[in-house]
Amino acid sequence: MVEKGIGQAVPRKEDRRFVTGRGRYVDDIRLPGQAWAVFVRSPHAHARIRRVDKASVEGMPGVLAVFTGADAEADGIGPLICGWMIHSRDGTPMKVGTHRVLATDKVRYVGDRVACVVAETLHQARDAAEALVVEYEELPAVVDLATADEAPALVHDDIPGNLCYDWELGDRAAVEEAFAKAARVVSVDLVNNRLVPNALEPRAALAAYDPGRDEITLYLTSQNPHVHRLVMSAFNNIAPEHKLRVVAPDVGGGFGSKIFIYGEECVVAWAARKLGRPVKWREERGEAFLADAHGRDHVTRAELAVDADGRFLALRVDTRANLGAYMSTFSSAVPTYLYAPLLSGQYRIPAIHARVRTYYTNTTPVDAYRGAGRPEACFVVETLVDAAARALGIDRAEIRRRNFIPPDAFPYQTPVVMTYDSGDYRTCLDRALELADYAGFERRRQEARARGRLRGIGIGCYIEACGIAPSQAAISLGAGVGLWESAEVRFTHTGKVQVYTGTHTHGQGHETTFSQLVAETLGVPFEDVEVIHGDTATTPVGMGTYGSRSQAVGGEALLRACHKIIEKGRKIAAHLLEASEADIEFEAGVFRVKGTDRRKTIQEIAFAAYVPASYPADLEPGLEASAFFDPPNFTFPSGTYVCEVEVDPETGRVRIEKWVAVDDFGRIINPLIVEGQVHGGLVQGIGQALLEHAVYDRESGQLLTGSFMDYAMPRADDVPSFTVEFAPGSPTPSNTLGAKGAGEAGAIGAPAALMNAIWDAVGTRVEMPATPERVWRAIRQTQMPQAAE
Amino acid sequence: MPRVVMRVNGKEVSGEVEPRTLLVEFLREHLGLTGTHVGCDTSQCGCCVVHLDGRSVKSCTVLAVQCEGAEVLTIEGLARNGELHPIQRAFHECHGLQCGFCTPGMIMSALELLQRHPAPTEPQVRAWLEGNLCRCTGYHNIVRAILQAAEEMRQAPRPAA
Ligand code: FES
Ligand code: FES
Repeated sequence: MVEKGIGQAVPRKEDRRFVTGRGRYVDDIRLPGQAWAVFVRSPHAHARIRRVDKASVEGMPGVLAVFTGADAEADGIGPLICGWMIHSRDGTPMKVGTHRVLATDKVRYVGDRVACVVAETLHQARDAAEALVVEYEELPAVVDLATADEAPALVHDDIPGNLCYDWELGDRAAVEEAFAKAARVVSVDLVNNRLVPNALEPRAALAAYDPGRDEITLYLTSQNPHVHRLVMSAFNNIAPEHKLRVVAPDVGGGFGSKIFIYGEECVVAWAARKLGRPVKWREERGEAFLADAHGRDHVTRAELAVDADGRFLALRVDTRANLGAYMSTFSSAVPTYLYAPLLSGQYRIPAIHARVRTYYTNTTPVDAYRGAGRPEACFVVETLVDAAARALGIDRAEIRRRNFIPPDAFPYQTPVVMTYDSGDYRTCLDRALELADYAGFERRRQEARARGRLRGIGIGCYIEACGIAPSQAAISLGAGVGLWESAEVRFTHTGKVQVYTGTHTHGQGHETTFSQLVAETLGVPFEDVEVIHGDTATTPVGMGTYGSRSQAVGGEALLRACHKIIEKGRKIAAHLLEASEADIEFEAGVFRVKGTDRRKTIQEIAFAAYVPASYPADLEPGLEASAFFDPPNFTFPSGTYVCEVEVDPETGRVRIEKWVAVDDFGRIINPLIVEGQVHGGLVQGIGQALLEHAVYDRESGQLLTGSFMDYAMPRADDVPSFTVEFAPGSPTPSNTLGAKGAGEAGAIGAPAALMNAIWDAVGTRVEMPATPERVWRAIRQTQMPQAAE
Repeated sequence: MPRVVMRVNGKEVSGEVEPRTLLVEFLREHLGLTGTHVGCDTSQCGCCVVHLDGRSVKSCTVLAVQCEGAEVLTIEGLARNGELHPIQRAFHECHGLQCGFCTPGMIMSALELLQRHPAPTEPQVRAWLEGNLCRCTGYHNIVRAILQAAEEMRQAPRPAA
């Protein structure tokens, strides 16, 4: 076994800089002569901009410039784009409202960017931003998703009914036929609450213009620096692509919110060029609440047709999704192709139809947030499954077993696009139930009742499509980019290895897992590998990190680059050992002539490649290789979460007593890191289910939950410790590594498990977030129907 | 502008600051000690926790001028001669950090907990961390790390500085 190779719980090599305070985040970088930018944001949800009075801050101390939307337009700065085209059912393309880097005509949400003030110091920039006079003419706001199409106001004057698209997937006729014949139909109306991502590091940008090279360097909190570079050059006209360098150094969490191309970074880069000096912007948390893309925000009606034995016959889903005021970078894909194709869950459902309408409202734009579409789908499916079990009087675990896609049915074609790669759902479920002592639950329920508490248990079986994505499939569904990944491996003279990856790590631990992968594959010491990422000037073009794709796509690219190194090394070894290439075998870092003790280490081969004293005549010197990998299919991690809760009927407070997670991620590189990913995802899912909710005032469109004092983030004493186990695993055939991806699972499966447990405890379904007030009211309604009015 | 003098990580430092300058700004912008982070504007996240005269404080709620003559310990001052403090080591071994942004504040907060309660229970650790947010780890491994560090520090107490 290779030391610190694949499958081992190696503590991370990146930790040292973080635990000693030596991380280097964007805001830690200070360039000589840097000025500060502060954005002036709309205080109104919807208003016409009458005038921005630049003169109102003229002469204030330190003020260098005020930029407006008109200035940006005059300089040819292009609007922000949405990179995924969706067509409505009638074939018409989605209706895109113009999204400028700084607003010109109207502001469309509280927090919309109106102007940017640049000054010598941050305090001066803040003072001037506060003093800048902007005149608005207020307009009625569209706030409520459920009535956005009937609202008297239009978010974009040219988009009727505030409807972006009316999209569908699946065979409507087959679904209707199945419903007509079904023994039972269960239905639910549910809300997928709006969330604020709240990565703990606020977004930041620092741009510098080098007139000698005519080049902009932009330090940015980005999950995908190459995607930022591409879009900012091709669409926003910030600089030609080869004259824009984007560096994403240490980044303090993303969860989706740092994928997108926002107006702020465009303005900062443009301002740095105009002013000829570095410009820094750092978001405050209050700004982050308003300006970072939010997540989820669906209302859904869903129906499941079942036969008398509880077998699923058909599923019908009608969802309205909130886009917010503008289309963010991938916002169109989230409630469509990242959502509806997962509605088959882990089950055989012969017919599925989903209709999704997305609406503009005068709220912060909504885009991908950890899980992106898949938590919404999982919640719909798992809620219906519990509803069916209740309606038919079948045990909730049993109804799942009856409907699981069996292990021998893979690859399994669902009725909604996807071909699942592999899985063993029943094994995960059974193991999770065993760890949770499901069989002994009724005793614990009785015991709790004796203490005056309501106890419940809930199951959530999730499926996730990861490893985004096979490029051709994604492009055929509307994606504007390919979604392959890249890696480059370079040996040095002394046998050390530098790995350049197109992915980006902002907590996921790639520096460690990629080093393990290289140590295992090339037989070099783990410590001799350095992983370099996050700089468009040094790393190969890559699509970045999101959708749990880095290991399954980026890791596979790296593995392939390593294999190219081995093949070249074999040629060099054959020459040096005077043997035929076919006789050279490679194992654990050593090339050997089969059946002999004649050998060369890979470090000796590297030296020979750079100091080619004796070298094959037809071979280039040097030992480096790069590879691109475009997966043939998504990967489909799956698993079961079982959650047990206790509710205090006097206060409505829910306490999680026990949480069991059994996940099938295929092959795991580092179980310590993957467990950490599960923990983090679970708590974000628990946050959605119990605590978090972005609430807007229905009249004014003000965000009422705009700080950590009003928006409940999960804290250490809101959540339990978790029992996490990995199923023996069904390695995916989608890559040779066998890795499926693990970054989002927890956030996908947790809300369903937890909400089903609360349903079980209080006897009625509660909407997310299940705050004490909501739970208390639900208990009063079930136990005291007369008190309901 | 007022001038302030204090000791930070054992060294005397001074600077001219605006009266509204926060301790965290003084540490980051004047002294270049960027290990102390800013994660919010309402004193809720705990990314900015440092020790002021031996007690943990949120350095975003303390003015620099209030620290005249004080002793400040930041995350940069915790390891000695390149050797990690047991809490730092436990965070590493238990995978108690992911993006690392909350980590300095978490560690500085845990330090005061363990100074006051050398043998905390898991619920005590969780309750103590109410002023520190982490969006990445789900707290599981942070709690584990603090319990492990407590154990280690009880067995091999570190000599006082
Ligand atoms: S920065 Fe958030 S508490 Fe100090
Ligand atoms: S490790 Fe990222 S916020 Fe805690």
